Amino acid sequence: MYVSTKWLENYVDTKGIAPADLAEKITRAGIEVDTIIDRSEGLTNIVVGHVESCEKHPEADKLNICQVNVGEETVQIICGAPNVATGQNIIAALPGAKLPGGMKIKKAKLRGEVSNGMICSLQELGVEGKTVAKAYAEGIYVLPADAKPGTDALSLLGLDDVILEFDLTPNRSDALSMLGVAYEVGAILSQDVKLPKIEYAASNEKAEDVLTLKVEAKEDNPMYVAKVVKNVKVAESPLWLQNYLMAAGVRPHNNVVDITNFVLLEYGQPLHAFDYDRLETKEIVVRHAVEGEKITTLDAVERTLRAGQLVITNGKEPVALAGVMGGANSEVHDGTTTVVIESAYFAPASVRKTSKDVGLRSDASTRLEKGVDPNRVAEAAERAAQLLTELAGGEVLAGAVQFDELNKESVRILLSPDYVNHRLGMKIPMDEMVSILERLQIPVEAANGQLIVDAPTRRQDLRIKEDLIEEIARLYGYDEIPMTLPIGESVPGGLNSFQEKRRLVRRYMESAGLYQAITYSLTSRAESQSFALETAPVTELLMPMSEDRSVLRQSLLPHLLEATTYNVARRIDTVSLYETGSVFLGTQEDGLPKEVGHVAAVITGKWVDHAWQQENKKVDFFVMKGIVEGLMDTLGLTEKVTYAKANHDGLHPGRTADILLNDVVVGVLGQLHPSEQKKRDLKETYVTEMNLALLLAESAEALVYEQVPRYPSMSRDIALVVSKDEAAGSLIDIIQEAGGKLLKDVSVFDLYEGDKVDEGMKSLAFSLTYFDAERTLTDEEVVTRHDKVLAALKEKSGAVLRG
Amino acid sequence: MEQQLEQLKQEALQKIEAAASVKELNDVRVAYLGKKGPITDLLKGMGKLPAEERPKMGALVNVVRENVTTSLEEKMELLEQQAVNEKLEKETIDITLPGRPVKLGNHHPLTRVVEEIEDFFISMGYEVAEGPEVEQDYYNFEALNLPKGHPARDMQDSFYITEDVLLRTHTSPVQARTMAAKKGEPIKIICPGKVYRRDSDDATHSHQFTQIEGLVVGEDIRMSDLKGTLALFAKKMFGEEREIRLRPSFFPFTEPSVEMDISCFKCGGSGCNVCKKTGWIEILGAGMVHPNVLEMAGYDPTVFTGFAFGMGPERIAMLKYGVEDIRHFFTNDMRFISQFNRTEV
Ligand SMILES: [Zn+2]
Repeated sequence: MYVSTKWLENYVDTKGIAPADLAEKITRAGIEVDTIIDRSEGLTNIVVGHVESCEKHPEADKLNICQVNVGEETVQIICGAPNVATGQNIIAALPGAKLPGGMKIKKAKLRGEVSNGMICSLQELGVEGKTVAKAYAEGIYVLPADAKPGTDALSLLGLDDVILEFDLTPNRSDALSMLGVAYEVGAILSQDVKLPKIEYAASNEKAEDVLTLKVEAKEDNPMYVAKVVKNVKVAESPLWLQNYLMAAGVRPHNNVVDITNFVLLEYGQPLHAFDYDRLETKEIVVRHAVEGEKITTLDAVERTLRAGQLVITNGKEPVALAGVMGGANSEVHDGTTTVVIESAYFAPASVRKTSKDVGLRSDASTRLEKGVDPNRVAEAAERAAQLLTELAGGEVLAGAVQFDELNKESVRILLSPDYVNHRLGMKIPMDEMVSILERLQIPVEAANGQLIVDAPTRRQDLRIKEDLIEEIARLYGYDEIPMTLPIGESVPGGLNSFQEKRRLVRRYMESAGLYQAITYSLTSRAESQSFALETAPVTELLMPMSEDRSVLRQSLLPHLLEATTYNVARRIDTVSLYETGSVFLGTQEDGLPKEVGHVAAVITGKWVDHAWQQENKKVDFFVMKGIVEGLMDTLGLTEKVTYAKANHDGLHPGRTADILLNDVVVGVLGQLHPSEQKKRDLKETYVTEMNLALLLAESAEALVYEQVPRYPSMSRDIALVVSKDEAAGSLIDIIQEAGGKLLKDVSVFDLYEGDKVDEGMKSLAFSLTYFDAERTLTDEEVVTRHDKVLAALKEKSGAVLRG
Repeated sequence: MEQQLEQLKQEALQKIEAAASVKELNDVRVAYLGKKGPITDLLKGMGKLPAEERPKMGALVNVVRENVTTSLEEKMELLEQQAVNEKLEKETIDITLPGRPVKLGNHHPLTRVVEEIEDFFISMGYEVAEGPEVEQDYYNFEALNLPKGHPARDMQDSFYITEDVLLRTHTSPVQARTMAAKKGEPIKIICPGKVYRRDSDDATHSHQFTQIEGLVVGEDIRMSDLKGTLALFAKKMFGEEREIRLRPSFFPFTEPSVEMDISCFKCGGSGCNVCKKTGWIEILGAGMVHPNVLEMAGYDPTVFTGFAFGMGPERIAMLKYGVEDIRHFFTNDMRFISQFNRTEV
């Protein structure tokens, strides 16, 4: 909403307050003023000129040599506009003039002819092209015949104005009108509002004698008022009216249309003007459209209507889409003499739906769909009638043709000052509350310590006590609210165990060298289930914006890999990212997908990279496994976790493991399949993804310290030759079983596959640590135990000691 | 003989003095103190002396031997020290070369902001509540005083899955769910999470972003409590000197509704490009919980009141760290994320 401060001055006194200060006051009271537009900023030395003669430039086809009377003198100005002509009053920018954008006018020579200035279009004065009347959209602007040469053109054009652009919240549709703004500003400045005086002499003839009205869709149209005005002379509007419209961002057309737009802006009540004769039937019928019915709207587009859309008809065919746009067949034109002015209350939901269905939003529909003031429907029609007599020579027929079942009652709200103060934490006296409501022109009465408030219909946002609390508080000033903290019993805050452990997981991952990523939950159908630990029917959007963001993910890895590719493509060869987030599986009873927290990680490039000492090591499976093992250790789950060779789509068949918690698969870890790597422009890349919900649901055991050993331990090494297929893990299992309680620890310290062992074999070396917390072990004990281990290995895996 | 002895001593001390290495010094030791050395010879030759002179000579020889030995030892220590120093000198490294990198990752900047906010409110006695990202229309809209047909819930603005299920457009449904679950009990929660809107991604819009909301419900919660809480929060998050101001605004689920500005942390209020010359920066929306919302969740609005507030970690991170494009948060460029690895205090 653009508010011209010059126009506003007609309804409320703002004298002596700088526009910037006014804007600040309005903003602090609740309506945000987005921008302050000073229309005369940078404009100087711009006057009315009269073109006394206009001849073609001998040297240039498109230029005209004009002799222009600019008051004291007549000067020569060269003008290139196609529409310049002798006898016009025009806008002359004289030497020394400044135009918006910093352009300075100087005396100049154009193809040998002197030019003492420039004849201007409105656009050259900073007026937006779309608000300039069509007649002048492509050339210079022509001023009225009575304009006086040499006088200031800016004030004549209303450009000595400052416009405040309001950013209205949806509840404040009352401020979508100059009068609504006047009430708000009046309350802020403690000023009265001057309403327009509606007075005109009506004809003896009655409107109802020439027009009948039938409203068939009463619910969607509870009130319809039609005024009939005869002998209208369609012409250009007076300049002041055009200026106001342009200031509000509306393009002037002709006096009839301009008047309806002016009243819409003044009252917030949309009006529509029909050419009475073109209606043909002397009848207006408001009804719902029949499916497939057609109408050509004012913008010359033929539209096919759908059942239920509200239309105004002449009893035979639609002549307007109610509240959205008029029809071309009944449009006011230059030869129109009798006008029907429509002012109606169309149900907001109906207008919203129709406007959305046909894709048309207008100044009218935006107001109607928020609900206009029921008490101004008839008044706005009268205001338009008055202006038609004043500005278009019209003769208003007596009375109106109308249908009215609209509720116009105000809402009564009872409010106790204690209630207000208790909720605000303040001590505003009751008279102060009364005074604020009175400044807002809200009827209020104080009785028995209570406020009886009748919220006016122009303020549809005032319905309950809290709405009035806001009115009182915002005008009293939010700066006056003290600062306190909630009283009452305080409980300890905190994270639940899932949240706490999720933070632990993040910190661990970061201490392990991974950076936290946050990727999108929406992905393409093709990627939605890639790498998923568990698949279920996907959750798909009804109206996606693109195929790439149409389905919710079931794995975090596709987007993490996308981020990895993004980095690698920018020559960041080493990438280490992790993410915690949800995946979305199937549909539960409540209609929602099951959301499961996951953690995933991707590494590629060098893991150790210490360049000048040539210590470089590429990432490999065991780097990623180490990260996972460390995580399990951090979560106290090491004893419950095992790894099993596995096969997964998209992962290297020989380098992939399932991660099992208490023998249940909770995750996967492995190398990206070489074909996936190629597809994603990645080198050797390792990934893991785990079900965080399952991991974090498993409690760790209480941490009780184990005594630091007092007795020495003994180590024995074994080098075994086994088949290449024999897993180190199963050998460790055998060793641990046979080693029993005395075997404290077993670790792998060498792996050899090569010439020194037979084909198909490998050598694995283990270091075994024997220990007893209670005493020093004897050699014999250890030897006996160790022999048992060797025997078990030989028996269960065929392992032989490497000679 | 005495003279001979003195000469021998002088000679030995000179050679010790002249020795430049441990080896040379050892040669001197062998030459003078060894079994075939002159001092031993002298001792051996004592037998030829008259018996009464022997003790005196013996003592003299011993003195000389001790002198020489002491000198030798002193010199040896010196030479060894020198040798060590030389060795260390040779071991000198260029300490300006970079150290071996410690591999460390760090939080995403949004997590950094969210955790900072969480921790402040946890210290004020709030719990952290979370809820599903795919929500029922009821919790996302209806329970928040946005009935079906309300203009603020356009299909065009949300990602619907079915007519009744959508990707949540704010974290407020967590508030609605918490109220429904805690029926009648006081509430103090903070709700962080991902939210989704049907926006095209550009420098200032993202179809996925983050929100963090707070809700306090009790029997005596006043608007002044909201203001006091937010003022403390602003100081904690943006600096001790921060002032706040409230401006009236509108949200369907609060009444009165406000927007909170903080005094600009860059210019302190004098006006700069961060605050668009106003001295104030809009940080969050807040208000008193709408009675309809309380009532729908089973709280008697004549007994219970509450306040709620909500903010966007992206906006806060953009303001705090000067990030100019919201898409940076979701591109996951290592060169971006890795910048958020250090403390600010
Ligand atoms: Zn600033």
